[in-house]
Amino acid sequence: MLIEQLIVSFFSAVGFAIIFNAPVRVLWQSGTVGMVGWIVFVGLSRVYDVNIVIATLLASVIVGIVSQILAKRFRTPIIIFNLAGIIPLVPGGMSYDAMRFFVVNDYDAAIATGATVAMISGAIALGLIVSEIINQLIRNMNWRKYHSEYDRKGVASLDTD
Amino acid sequence: MKQERITKVCLLAGEIMLKNGAETYRIEDTMTRIAQAYGVEDAQIHATPTAIMFAEDMTSPTNFVRINVRATDLDKVSKVNSISRHISAGKLTVKEAREKLLEVEANSETYPKWLQIAAAGFASGCFTIMFQGSWLEFLPAIIVGMIGYYSMLSFHEVLKIRFFAEFLASVFLALSAFLVIMIHSGLDIDKIIIGSVMPLVPGLLITNAVRDLMAGHLVSGITKATEAILTALAIGAGVAVVLLVFY
Repeated sequence: MLIEQLIVSFFSAVGFAIIFNAPVRVLWQSGTVGMVGWIVFVGLSRVYDVNIVIATLLASVIVGIVSQILAKRFRTPIIIFNLAGIIPLVPGGMSYDAMRFFVVNDYDAAIATGATVAMISGAIALGLIVSEIINQLIRNMNWRKYHSEYDRKGVASLDTD
Repeated sequence: MKQERITKVCLLAGEIMLKNGAETYRIEDTMTRIAQAYGVEDAQIHATPTAIMFAEDMTSPTNFVRINVRATDLDKVSKVNSISRHISAGKLTVKEAREKLLEVEANSETYPKWLQIAAAGFASGCFTIMFQGSWLEFLPAIIVGMIGYYSMLSFHEVLKIRFFAEFLASVFLALSAFLVIMIHSGLDIDKIIIGSVMPLVPGLLITNAVRDLMAGHLVSGITKATEAILTALAIGAGVAVVLLVFY
C-alpha cells in the first residue's frame, strides 16, 4: 500500500510541475519532493495515527528542507519544489467534506471540519516557516561544495541560489 | 543613456518574473542584483503583484511598469534567474542581457496545452488514489480532471471576470463527475471530485503568499493570500451548487 502511494504521489507531483510549466530538467526532482512530503504525511497520519495537523506540519517542514537542498543543488527557484511538495498536503478532501456538510445542512459537522481545514492550512504555512529557519541555520554552516563560479559573493538574503 | 538601458533591463527582468508567477521578494532581489552588477549601487525597487517601481537612487525619477495579465510559467522565472546570475558574475553586457531577456519573454510555454491538460488529468487520477480512492475510480478521475482543467483554461480565455472561470470550471467538473456516476454506477463520487478538483487548487498562490509574508513583503503576501482564498471559495461554491441540485 505504501509503495502504491509512493508511485502515485511521485507522478501527481510531476503532473503539477507540468501544469505550472516547471523546467524539464527539474521534473523528476519535483516529483521526488512531492513523494517525500506525501510519504511522511501518510506514514505519520495513517500508519502511526499521529494527529493530522501535526503530520501536516512535519511533512511540510520536510518538504521545505528537501526543496531548499534541491534548489541549491540544481540552481532553480525554490517555489518549484515547494509547490510540488505542498500541493498534496493541501486539505482538499477535507474542505470538500466541510462543503458537503454545509450543503446537507449539517452545520455542526461543517464548522468542525472547517476548523480542521484552517488548522491544516496554518500547519502548512508554519511548516514552511520552520523549515526556512532550519535552512538559515544550515546555510550558515557549510555548503561550499555546491558553489560554483557563478555564485554571488557577500550578498545575504532569503534567496536560495 | 547607459543608465536608461540599465533601468530597462532591470524592469524587463522584473516584468517577466512578475508575469510568470515569481515571488515579489525574488523579483526585488533579482533586480537589485542586476542593478548592482551594472554599477547602480543605490537602486530603489518596489514590487507588488500588479506593478514594479524602479529608481536608480532616491532622488532620480521613478520608472514604473504595470502588469495586467499574470500566468504561471516557472521555466521563465528560472531562466531569468540564471540570466541574472550570469549578469552578477559579470558575464553579460547590458545589451546582451536585454537580448537574452527578450528571447526568454518571446518563448512559448514549455509544455503544449494538450500535455498540460493530460498532466492535470493524470495528476487527478493519482490524487484519487492518494485520498484513498480505489483503482476503479482512477480512470474516471483522469477524465473528469481533464474536463475540469480544460474548461478552466478555456473559461479563462473567454471570461475576463476573476474567479468566475474557476467557479464555472468546478461546476462543469462536478457535473461531469455525476455523468460518470450515471454511466457507471457504484463508484465513489466524492473521491472522484476531490481528486479531479486538485489541479484547480491555487497552489502557487499559497506558496508565494507564505514566502512573501516571511520575507516581509506584507502587501504582496496578503494580496496573494486573499486571491488564493477567493479562488478556493470559488471552486468550493462551484461544486456546492452542483451538489445542492443533485444531492
